[in-house]
Amino acid sequence: MQKVYTKIESIVGNVITVRATGVKNQDLAEVTTSSGVSYANVIKLDHDLVSLQVFSGAQGISTGDSVRFLGVPMRVSFSDDLLGRIFNGSGEPRDKGPSLTDNMIEIGGPSVNPAKRIIPKNMIRTGIPMIDVFNTLVESQKLPIFSISGEPYNQLLARIAMQAEVDLIVLGGMGLKYDDYLFFRETLEKSGAMSRTIMFVHTASDPTVECTLVPDMALAVAEQFALKGKKVLVLLTDMTNYCDSLKEMAITMDQVPSNRGYPGDLYSNLAARYEKAVDFDDAGSVTILAVTTMPGDDVTHPVPDNTGYITEGQFYLRNGHIEPFGSLSRLKQQVNKDTRDDHRSLMDAMIKLYAAYKESVEKKAMGFQMSEWDDKLLRYGSLFESKLMDLSVNIPLEKALDLGWEILAECFEKNETGLKSDLISKYWPK
Amino acid sequence: MTTNRGHVVSVNGNMVNVEFTGAVTKNEVGYIVLGDTRLKSEVIRINGNTASLQVYEMTGGVAVGDEVEFTGELLSAELGPGLLTQIYDGLQNPLPKLAEECGFFLQRGVYLTAIPDKDWPFTPKVKKGDTVIAGDTLGTVPEGVFTHQIMVPFSLLGEWTVEDIVPEGVYNVRSTIARIRNAKGEEKELSMVFEWPVKKAIKCYDERLRPDETMVTKIRLIDTFLPVAKGGTYCIPGPFGAGKTVLQHLTSKNADVDIVIIAACGERAGEVVEVLKEFPELIDPKTGRSLMERTIIICNTSSMPVAAREASVYTAVTLAEYYRNMGLDVLLLADSTSRWAQAMREMSGRLEEIPGEEAFPAYLESRIAEFYERAGKVRLRDGRTASVTIGGTVSPAGGNFEEPVTQATLKVVGAFHGLSRERSDARKYPAIDPLDSWSKYEGVLPQDKVNEAYSILVRGSEVNQMMKVVGEEGTSLEDYITYQKGELLDSVYLQQNSFDPVDAQVTVERQIETFNVLYDILTSDFDLGDKKDVRLFFNQVRQAFLDWNGTAESDARYGERKQELTNLYKAKVRA
Repeated sequence: MQKVYTKIESIVGNVITVRATGVKNQDLAEVTTSSGVSYANVIKLDHDLVSLQVFSGAQGISTGDSVRFLGVPMRVSFSDDLLGRIFNGSGEPRDKGPSLTDNMIEIGGPSVNPAKRIIPKNMIRTGIPMIDVFNTLVESQKLPIFSISGEPYNQLLARIAMQAEVDLIVLGGMGLKYDDYLFFRETLEKSGAMSRTIMFVHTASDPTVECTLVPDMALAVAEQFALKGKKVLVLLTDMTNYCDSLKEMAITMDQVPSNRGYPGDLYSNLAARYEKAVDFDDAGSVTILAVTTMPGDDVTHPVPDNTGYITEGQFYLRNGHIEPFGSLSRLKQQVNKDTRDDHRSLMDAMIKLYAAYKESVEKKAMGFQMSEWDDKLLRYGSLFESKLMDLSVNIPLEKALDLGWEILAECFEKNETGLKSDLISKYWPK
Repeated sequence: MTTNRGHVVSVNGNMVNVEFTGAVTKNEVGYIVLGDTRLKSEVIRINGNTASLQVYEMTGGVAVGDEVEFTGELLSAELGPGLLTQIYDGLQNPLPKLAEECGFFLQRGVYLTAIPDKDWPFTPKVKKGDTVIAGDTLGTVPEGVFTHQIMVPFSLLGEWTVEDIVPEGVYNVRSTIARIRNAKGEEKELSMVFEWPVKKAIKCYDERLRPDETMVTKIRLIDTFLPVAKGGTYCIPGPFGAGKTVLQHLTSKNADVDIVIIAACGERAGEVVEVLKEFPELIDPKTGRSLMERTIIICNTSSMPVAAREASVYTAVTLAEYYRNMGLDVLLLADSTSRWAQAMREMSGRLEEIPGEEAFPAYLESRIAEFYERAGKVRLRDGRTASVTIGGTVSPAGGNFEEPVTQATLKVVGAFHGLSRERSDARKYPAIDPLDSWSKYEGVLPQDKVNEAYSILVRGSEVNQMMKVVGEEGTSLEDYITYQKGELLDSVYLQQNSFDPVDAQVTVERQIETFNVLYDILTSDFDLGDKKDVRLFFNQVRQAFLDWNGTAESDARYGERKQELTNLYKAKVRA
């Protein structure tokens, strides 16, 4: 069906309506305006009145512009040619490469049958001790990085993109500052990680609708690679911008808001994306790490709150490092028993001592007298922060565990660590 | 049956308006025909000759003018032998079978029969000429450890005479086993399977009884202080990460009931997978068989279509009522009812209804009440008692209980187990806040003793609050002892170590024994010099108590450790 409609009935926000028949829900259409061609998709049908959401925004659209329905839903090309490429929110190239049209796949496809899921069992090594040692990332896990504006969350994601031991990285940027986009591109190109990376980037100045398409495209592509046996890590930044775009669109379409202006289906929308994380029985896997900035550092804000109910734990990025407290990988138990026999015990002991260090810091700040034990803790805390917590540290898990033992040995006597004697005799540095 | 037809006139998300001719019933099922696929939907509003349907699938590809077939039947669950051990989605599609047919993904528009096609050894319980009514037993088949009663379909009205019944033998679940006739001369052929509309409560029993028997969960805090009765209702609200799902999993393993139905409604798929993989391996201490044999899972996880999420809790409670009618005690665990309420909210928004608080529909409270009221202990017509107990988790936005779903739920449940972020952060398991929570049911221990212990907990917490202001120095020795007693109660009784094989589940007998020792400590007057002595003494008592808690009754040191503990505190009791 190639009929062209040239009378646009209404233009509200990014939504236009035309009178047309035979149009299917969620079909794609081409809107030709004086400034170029933009895609739009059908979001509502009412008799012959078709509402379309224009990806590039309705600005500059005239009532006399033409709309052509393509008879297919929104799709994205999938092939190995995607590797190393950068696209925008409607799947058009953002780099200088050719636009891809082969082997188009639908985005936002059906959910995985829970009966086909398996209990996750493989660790993903990132080279970041605060993740590998203390809150291990597991294949098929979905984890948000709760942070606030100004924190180096994009730097963290870039490090993970370079260091994580996976086959493929899909990076979805939503509402990225242009500088941040350039930062990602340059960092990944320089490190050579670009060749295993696919980027879908929506920058802050791009049209709102494209922002909401980024996660779907990134995850659709990731899912296909996973089905082909690849271990895929999807990095999304920043999901709060995605939610804000949903809010903007819901409000312009007169939907009743539920909580702080966000639409009532925010949870379902987020869940449908996060639940794409999966470990296929005899194929690859999709793992999701998503930055969620918390407006006002408030974890009860609807976006982090709904996210927390969906994801399997969370990382808190505060003061430039991943917080040992509050951060939690719910799946770490599945894998950290098989790494090295001292992993769990060392993790617990170091965290307990770090908690004691925090108390000593408080005591010191209040002007109390420091005991010998407090001094030991203070020394331990500063070593822990500089050698393990710093984001620039990049060492494999085993090295990180050894380093942990060294730090303990430097600060404490053996019996002060609360570790079992057999582990101490095996690992305590001589 | 003549099917009514209509065609789509508008599409908005998962709501479709359909113009029809003839008669359409509210809540009847209709199918939207998309070439080879048919999308299941339910009529939720009728206005003139337009019906609004909520579609249980994604509506991408639906166009104005598409044909719709109305079935004339309400959304129903299939009931019969073979339900146990199954894993269904919200519309009772068996998921493992769906995976065999469609692979990794949930293909829309594929609907399989819920009851597996299987032969069962049937023993008749009625004979030709007997008079039966809906809910009466025609015969039995053995389903795992249970005797599954094949009943007269609940929807049949009035008295029927058995015209024909098959002799004892093996029959297919769908073959005719009986023929009945009523006074008007209508005849029905019955198989082992029949249907029942999920949104209607099954009432084929004699009368409802007051829930007066404790449902033991083997969690001390619940059984002693916040008990749940068989046939009662309770809710578990809590912020994310406080351990709602973990608590429900533990309850599903340990609860002293015959059958457990888990409704995973709009939650993580990974959690369901854990149950799926873990339960077949675990042994039910009551029957000695795999835990899966007493379990049904209804699983409509968060990424599955929203409307089916709404149906899933009704499907689950219908199956629960069905098994109750066989004289069994059934526990339904719904995780989480907030997601179900959100599904209602989404639909209400599409219907452009006037929103209530936080955009939830005005009928939220009545729907929640209706759901929980389907629990209950009943006396069946043959004199046996049976029950459906409902436990629902609530996921309040921001962990704040002052929101509509929590508040509407609190109005109708018999027990409230509120989880607190503070307790879960302090790794106190279970993270139920003992001071906020309440229960209206009777527990396993004498109420006056429990109340006395509870009052010490309350006073201890008050002292603790006060101490934060005036410091330890400004607190009297007597108050300080009360505070320590409260802390002791919390750490050795309310908290339970879920990783310790002994402490993880505690039988009623042991709870009584432990409580009596604890009660003695709490009500004793101790002769202690100063606060340092008090702290030291209570630390010792706590350590001895925890050692005793971690020792199995079968262990030789069990009596020894109890004695050590008793000697320890008796030595300090004021003469």
